[in-house]
Amino acid sequence: MSEYKKEGGMIRGIPHDTIESSLPILAVFVAILVAVGGIVEIIPAYHLEDSEPNVEGVRPYTPLELEGYAIYRREGCFLCHSQMIRPFRDEKERFGHFSLAIESGFDHNYQWGSKRTGPDLARLGGKYTDAWHIQHLRHPRSVVPESVMPNYFFLEERKLDTSLTKRRMEVLAMMNVPYSADDIANWEADLKAQAGVDDGDGEDDLRARYERKTWEHDGKVIQWTDSFEPTELNVRAFDGDASDITEMDALVAYLQMLGTSVHFEEGVDYYHDKFGQPYRE
Amino acid sequence: MSSVAKKEEYNYDIVKFCVIVGIMMGVLGTFIGTWIASELAFPFLNFDIAEISFGRLRPVHTNVVIFGFGGFLLYGGGLYMVQHATHARVRFEKVAWAAVILWLIGCLCVVATLPFGMTQAKEYHEAEWWIDIILALSWVCMTISFLGTIAARKMSHIYVGLWFFMTMLFMVTYIFVFNGLCIPVDFTFSYSAYAGIHDAMTQWWWGHNAVGFFLTAGFIGIMYYFVPKHANRPIYSYRLSVLHFWSLTFLYVWVGAHHLHYTAIPDWTLSLGAGMSVALIFPSWGGMINGMMTMSGAWDKIRTDPVMRFMVVALAFYGMSTFEGPLMGTKSVNALSHYTDWTVGHVHSGALGWNAMIAIGAMYHMITRMWNTEMWSAKLVNTHFWVHLTGAIFYITAMWGSGVLQGLMWRAFDEYGNLVYTFADSVAAMHPFYALRATGGFLVFCGFCIMLFNTLKTVSAVKAGTNVTLTAEARA
Ligand code: HEM
Ligand code: HEM
Repeated sequence: MSEYKKEGGMIRGIPHDTIESSLPILAVFVAILVAVGGIVEIIPAYHLEDSEPNVEGVRPYTPLELEGYAIYRREGCFLCHSQMIRPFRDEKERFGHFSLAIESGFDHNYQWGSKRTGPDLARLGGKYTDAWHIQHLRHPRSVVPESVMPNYFFLEERKLDTSLTKRRMEVLAMMNVPYSADDIANWEADLKAQAGVDDGDGEDDLRARYERKTWEHDGKVIQWTDSFEPTELNVRAFDGDASDITEMDALVAYLQMLGTSVHFEEGVDYYHDKFGQPYRE
Repeated sequence: MSSVAKKEEYNYDIVKFCVIVGIMMGVLGTFIGTWIASELAFPFLNFDIAEISFGRLRPVHTNVVIFGFGGFLLYGGGLYMVQHATHARVRFEKVAWAAVILWLIGCLCVVATLPFGMTQAKEYHEAEWWIDIILALSWVCMTISFLGTIAARKMSHIYVGLWFFMTMLFMVTYIFVFNGLCIPVDFTFSYSAYAGIHDAMTQWWWGHNAVGFFLTAGFIGIMYYFVPKHANRPIYSYRLSVLHFWSLTFLYVWVGAHHLHYTAIPDWTLSLGAGMSVALIFPSWGGMINGMMTMSGAWDKIRTDPVMRFMVVALAFYGMSTFEGPLMGTKSVNALSHYTDWTVGHVHSGALGWNAMIAIGAMYHMITRMWNTEMWSAKLVNTHFWVHLTGAIFYITAMWGSGVLQGLMWRAFDEYGNLVYTFADSVAAMHPFYALRATGGFLVFCGFCIMLFNTLKTVSAVKAGTNVTLTAEARA
């Protein structure tokens, strides 16, 4: 097709005529050029990891919370709720301290979201009671009349399907999540203990496992200082019914721990890395 | 035009299939869009059915419009363009058919699984890993057939529309594969290979370039063929097309970070993303200007020809959304616009204004050329144009209003330093805008129904021999 003007085939000294007459040359140029930006922006972040502020307290999810996370994903909650507080005054007042990278460090995949049809949930944990959550999930407009959120009453009617829980932990352990063999082996006891359906038998073991200060993965050890007290686990019948474990138990367990792991201290600079470079402006 | 292969020797069957399926996907996608828009305005429409609740249906909408409607336009338009611009019949026809059928299967799987909550939870990449494999296979088949046809071209130069299409084929392969890397737990669930900030960066490297290559480079390629063809004018500036091709190819990749401003991503990455976003206006407007100026000498056509009007208005919307995009890509504007409906408005000024309109124009063009007929009703094409445009304007203006209002309400402080509004106040304030948006969406949906009706009528008129064939001038 000769529907465009040719102007000698040279453009600023580049023999464009040759490029566009050869499929291999054009293809190779394009294939290389489109890759550059991604490589430059994505890869370095892996090597800058140890320049993150040395923040303690972020642990992997318990088996029950992990199932709650899966339900959060399944229902598409992240399409209306962000989990990423930006360092602005209004967001601090409304939602709390801005989010740190490490706080979603074990989220495969991340749940930051891109739209706030509803409020941010990054620091939801402990903000409301379980009873509030249950009523709100059943029928959001009964507690927030303006809300446009769908009703999730079926969560408390559905028994939690735990057929994948162990496999989930195994898959995460294949990546960067420090579940030990012991954590995985005891998944079921821990799950029941946290939902309060075992009359408190497994609670001490559960706490020993998920309130520990040493997390080991692939030879890399995360060790929190002696003086640091990890956030206590929530252990109870989240849906108010200790006879069985429902999807409501799992989801509320997840919601009640969001953003509670890090203990923010006055006077600590979360803006700059250890080389004094700003994370944020 | 010095034709080497006769037009009858082109493979139109495959293109016809893509175009018809594409229009159906348009109907379905805008129906679901209207539905979810109505759910936000009137939440009782969730009907307490988990499978159609907003959170599960929204990805069905995005996937059907982008990969169903957009995808079939790209496949159909691409295969049409590559034959016309190389004067060669499509190569490896079985492979091309495999591409099309696999794509359809993939799209149907997406529609069948997302309402049940099987999702990777990555925007525009929700389909689970095994559907990804189907789609990826389709893409590879398409690439083989497309490049094969270019290699068989009957002239020395490769037409500029094909460069853009090729860029899309390559880049989408990269980003789709890397963003899709995951470890499956079973058929219904998988964990992303990345976590936290890395997952976020990879996701928006995909997310923005799905926009930049699937919805932009591919569609620009389509534009480069169909606008000059329909206007029957040469492309305005060859030099401009070369410049904006290479700069767009290079620049788009960098800007994914503007989806993550003020988050926990390292600052230098965000600044780089912001800078590149601003620079992106040049290649974008290069394309817009090249398309628009192609009309010089043929401007009268937009008065008489609604298909031409679709294409020209599409270019205008493209210019507008690529002006808005760089603005929103700067940190200070993004601080306000991020998380609000402004983003959604921007998306749909691109999607409804640019993508849908250029797609519709190209589809009408192909239908009349492939079946060698006028449309069954020229009036209905005109009606479609006005209904679509009105709907799009309702949608976009509603979202600008709600977006800016939302952003301002969230950050409003009174004189004592307290927040003026609760979050729920801002939700309540959105209601009229959401209702207006749903109305606009309904109009767009009606437009697609008109198009489907008109197309089916046209095809059956051709079968019955009652159609009006194209004039020789239009066929040229
Ligand atoms: C020069 C070109 C463009 C630039 C610099 C640009 C920039 C942006 C920015 C800054 C955002 C908001 C990110 C956020 O705050 O979350 C955005 C969102 C978006 N843009 Fe563009 N845009 C451009 C063109 C387009 C075009 C032509 C389309 C076509 C449809 C498009 C589709 C989208 C989509 C789908 C999103 C939403 C992503 C999400 O949050 O899910 N953009 N763009
Ligand atoms: C009848 C027309 C349409 C209506 C009523 C409609 C409605 C909607 C609604 C309600 C949302 C969710 C926004 C939110 O979460 O607040 C949405 C998202 C989206 N739609 Fe549409 N839509 C329509 C057509 C299209 C078309 C034709 C395309 C693409 C070619 C498209 C692409 C998208 C995308 C990419 C998103 C995600 C936006 C984001 O993440 O920010 N839509 N649409």
